[in-house]
Amino acid sequence: MIVDNYDVIVIGAGHAGVEAALATARLGGKTLLATLSMDNIAFMPCNPSVGGSAKGHLVREIDALGGQMGLAADEACIQMRLLNTGKGYAVHALRAQADKPVYHIIMKQVLENQENLDVKQLMIDKLLVENGQVVGVEAETGEIFTASCVILATGTYLRGRIVYGEVSYNSGPNGLRSSMKLTQSLQECGLELMRFKTGTPARIDARSIDYSKMVPQFGDAQVRNFSFISKITTRKQVPCFLTYTNNETHKIIRDNLSRSAMFNGNIEGVGPRYCPSIEAKIVRFADKDRHQLFLEPEGLRTNEVYVQGMSSSLPAEVQLKFMQTIPGLEKCKMMRAGYAIEYDCLDPLQLTAALEHKGISGLFSAGQSNGTSGYEEAAAQGLMAGINAMQKINGNKPFILGRSDAYIGVLIDDLVTKGTHEPYRMMTSRAEYRLLLRQDNADLRLTEKGRAVGLVDDERYSAFVDKRSLLERTLADLAKINIAPNEENQKKILNMGTVALRSSTSLIELLRREEVSYVKLAEAFDLPPLPKVVAEQIEVQIKYEGYIAKQRLEVARALKLESKLIPENIDYREIKELSAESAEKMQKVKPTSIGQASRISGVSPADIGVLMVYLEVNRRKGQGI
Amino acid sequence: MEDTISAVATALGEGAVGIIRISGPRSLEIADKIFITPKGRLLGSYGSRHMVYGNIKDIKENIVDEVLGVFMPGPHSYTGEDVVEIQCHGGIQSLQTILRLTFAMGARPAEPGEFTKRAFLNGRMDLAQAEAVMNIIKARSQEALKLALRQQKGQLSDEIRHIRGELKDVIVHLEAIIDYPEEDIEELTFKEVQDCIFIGLNAVNNLLAKAHTGKIMREGLLTAIVGRPNVGKSSLLNCLLKEERAIVSEVPGTTRDVIQEQMLIEGVPLILTDTAGIHKTEDFVESIGVEKTKAILADAELAIVVLDGSEQLRMEDKEILSSIEGREHVIIVNKGDLPCLVDMKALEAKFGPQNILTLSVKTAQGVEEFVQWLKNFVYGAEGSVEKGVFVQNARHEQLLLATKKSLKDALHATEKQIPYDCIVIDLRNAIDNLGAITGETVQDEIINEIFARFCLGK
Repeated sequence: MIVDNYDVIVIGAGHAGVEAALATARLGGKTLLATLSMDNIAFMPCNPSVGGSAKGHLVREIDALGGQMGLAADEACIQMRLLNTGKGYAVHALRAQADKPVYHIIMKQVLENQENLDVKQLMIDKLLVENGQVVGVEAETGEIFTASCVILATGTYLRGRIVYGEVSYNSGPNGLRSSMKLTQSLQECGLELMRFKTGTPARIDARSIDYSKMVPQFGDAQVRNFSFISKITTRKQVPCFLTYTNNETHKIIRDNLSRSAMFNGNIEGVGPRYCPSIEAKIVRFADKDRHQLFLEPEGLRTNEVYVQGMSSSLPAEVQLKFMQTIPGLEKCKMMRAGYAIEYDCLDPLQLTAALEHKGISGLFSAGQSNGTSGYEEAAAQGLMAGINAMQKINGNKPFILGRSDAYIGVLIDDLVTKGTHEPYRMMTSRAEYRLLLRQDNADLRLTEKGRAVGLVDDERYSAFVDKRSLLERTLADLAKINIAPNEENQKKILNMGTVALRSSTSLIELLRREEVSYVKLAEAFDLPPLPKVVAEQIEVQIKYEGYIAKQRLEVARALKLESKLIPENIDYREIKELSAESAEKMQKVKPTSIGQASRISGVSPADIGVLMVYLEVNRRKGQGI
Repeated sequence: MEDTISAVATALGEGAVGIIRISGPRSLEIADKIFITPKGRLLGSYGSRHMVYGNIKDIKENIVDEVLGVFMPGPHSYTGEDVVEIQCHGGIQSLQTILRLTFAMGARPAEPGEFTKRAFLNGRMDLAQAEAVMNIIKARSQEALKLALRQQKGQLSDEIRHIRGELKDVIVHLEAIIDYPEEDIEELTFKEVQDCIFIGLNAVNNLLAKAHTGKIMREGLLTAIVGRPNVGKSSLLNCLLKEERAIVSEVPGTTRDVIQEQMLIEGVPLILTDTAGIHKTEDFVESIGVEKTKAILADAELAIVVLDGSEQLRMEDKEILSSIEGREHVIIVNKGDLPCLVDMKALEAKFGPQNILTLSVKTAQGVEEFVQWLKNFVYGAEGSVEKGVFVQNARHEQLLLATKKSLKDALHATEKQIPYDCIVIDLRNAIDNLGAITGETVQDEIINEIFARFCLGK
């Protein structure tokens, strides 16, 4: 029974689904957002935090493009820190502790008030496809909703199963309903699925923790925001606490290993290496005599505390027992046990860089259902899937970000080019042009693009344009002003803690010196004061100029290969000079450019040479030469 | 814009003439930096497709070889791009020297089959040849890889893998610290990073220094035996060669009117420089007088000066000795069986005792020591070809030079305490270049290592 028609239906209202639905609705698409529970929209089933290394970059990029995550995280933030400050601007990373229930409520409110958007509590059982084209979805109630595009954002809910100790039941995270039927429907439509697992640690009662035995970690004094348009200038912050496991903890875990779902054969899914359970850490790094853990508050109006570093699928009583060996947790009360969860997800190699399925037109997928991990990775994909669904509906070219444009570009290119064999986490070391993709310049890189797509509203855009012109103007001025080495100037310069001038020098040259900052220059030479972010941006651009130039050169080289396009209809298996392995991989990935082809693992330079010749043959044949 | 590439276009080996081909938009610009006619004109000043006689000069403006150059502008060239071809004397040494110069001026080593690939892509070959082209690309790259792996029975690859591995460890550690700022990972100090880079840089420098050995093994040691007539030059030579005397090839003159002969002395390949036209006479080295010494020394990498120990030094001897100043040299004081009338102390003070040997060709006393001296000169302290690891290939040398540059940048960055995110860029460039020699790419290697080495996560 058809109940309604939409442009876009988004299945799942987690971090991917929320961004996807907001993007399509804001771009004018009539959108249905289907969630299994209205009370768990934008729910954080694992750690109560947003951002961190590389993830903070993603949040900034989402924001610069007109997404929601940054604004919500700023508002729900109960502690903000800038990490990696000693390791270079490129890897500065903003991380927020989020008040979990507040984050949910903020997002729910935004969704409920979004024009063009219907949010419904629905269990979607079937994907409806006709002639290779998505036509809609069917709910368990038998209700059918039609649409030109469907975005899968099913998180860990597809055939989700929670496992710890001897306990095992079908479930989404935290006991929420899992989606048991959609998998079969997706498989019938021809989708290839994988089975992954992830896990979460226990939550304990704040009243049962002796914080005096731990090291507190406070937020930064300087108030920072993810969003380039957040107006928050003051914030109540609460600390996290640091403590460590010990030999006694490890002994209990080791003695009970056979009861861990990870080791007793109860789990078939592939887990990520970067967030191993505590039992996996103790087995793999047996010589380490302690492991660090962080106690993170789940919110201001709850006593639940997240025990970061203690993800486990041991039986509940074992989890409690080993936690009670830890300084400060001797009397801890466990409110929820940690668990492992397995779920179905798509092999992302089936997707194009627009996150659309190669075989089913109009079917998009984003987030954990593409084999990633993390709220930020999910949100980034959701935003891109939403934008691209609307690009398709409006007959526009896909909106693709390159590896030199954004972490989002790196993330999606990795997924659709290399695939993944474990839940994929964004890391700065995955970005080869890291120095260009800083979190401080996400707006400069992306806001203009977001504006062209239509997601950047006038308010955001005009603030951006003001900032950019101030930046450009100041840079031009600094280059123009020359400082003569007279006595008065030399005195000022020595006062800045740097060495005297040898000859007349521009302010830009002075700023290149390690010890010189814009603020110092402004004081000495009477320059106009600048907003902190602008002054900092100027310093980064000037002090890093040499390395930035190096990376730009690399980008220019790489872009040559990106611009060599490969037609869609190539049958790689017929090119017999390719190695069999390369041919098979290329057949699956269907790279759109020589650049993408060269990033497929196992494809050699010789394979690329052969492919280029083959393409030229086809081109000439096509022209009848 | 495409890169400009260069390579030896003729089969490697001994041909009368060898061709270096440079292809790409900068080919003429590169040629003009190394090619000059006797009248001082550049290749570009002649029309296209003119065969022009001229000289190849190195960075110090020394003449390397006399050659013929031709410029063929695209699209009417083999590759369809601007092409310069340089015909030079077919000796490996001359070819590799000129090739290195093209790299130094901005060309990059052509990949296996790349000229052919470009020719096809630019429409210079028809469809019927496509399959052959693809096969060439595939076959050449397999050959090249095999060659790299086989080189020194894989010792070069092993050595480079080792250096690369050490550098990779530093990168992995830095990346882990960067990507997991809140984890309990041991921090690295600038000093520690610096030490690692320094070790890597030293190892690369070592390989480059031994590229000298590799070059000698590959191309022979350009050697000049000088001395006034009748001091025993030819007897010395005959004594060294014994029955092993094997003239490998005769290559008609590179520069000026000299010719070269290659010979092996206990595994050390020497290329003796000789004046043209008289090498057929029995005592050819004997006939070389002072006036020719300079010409012969011009290209020599090693000067062997022979003196007659039974006489005091004559004016001619002194002139010859002064002409070897600033060059690698060894001084043989012959006729050691007779009382020594040469002022050895003065000689040693001037030329260093380690480079002065007394021997007697007549009694063969001291000959063994001289052969050992030669081996040390070529192989360094390691003394034997089996123990040393040599870079034998201009492409590898080029990649090592690029590695060296990146490591120097990285070192400089650590000295200035430039943050890790920048230093990692240089380090990654360095291991990329090393990986290009061994056929390893970074791709996911670093991330795999991070998780293998560090205990991370929630």
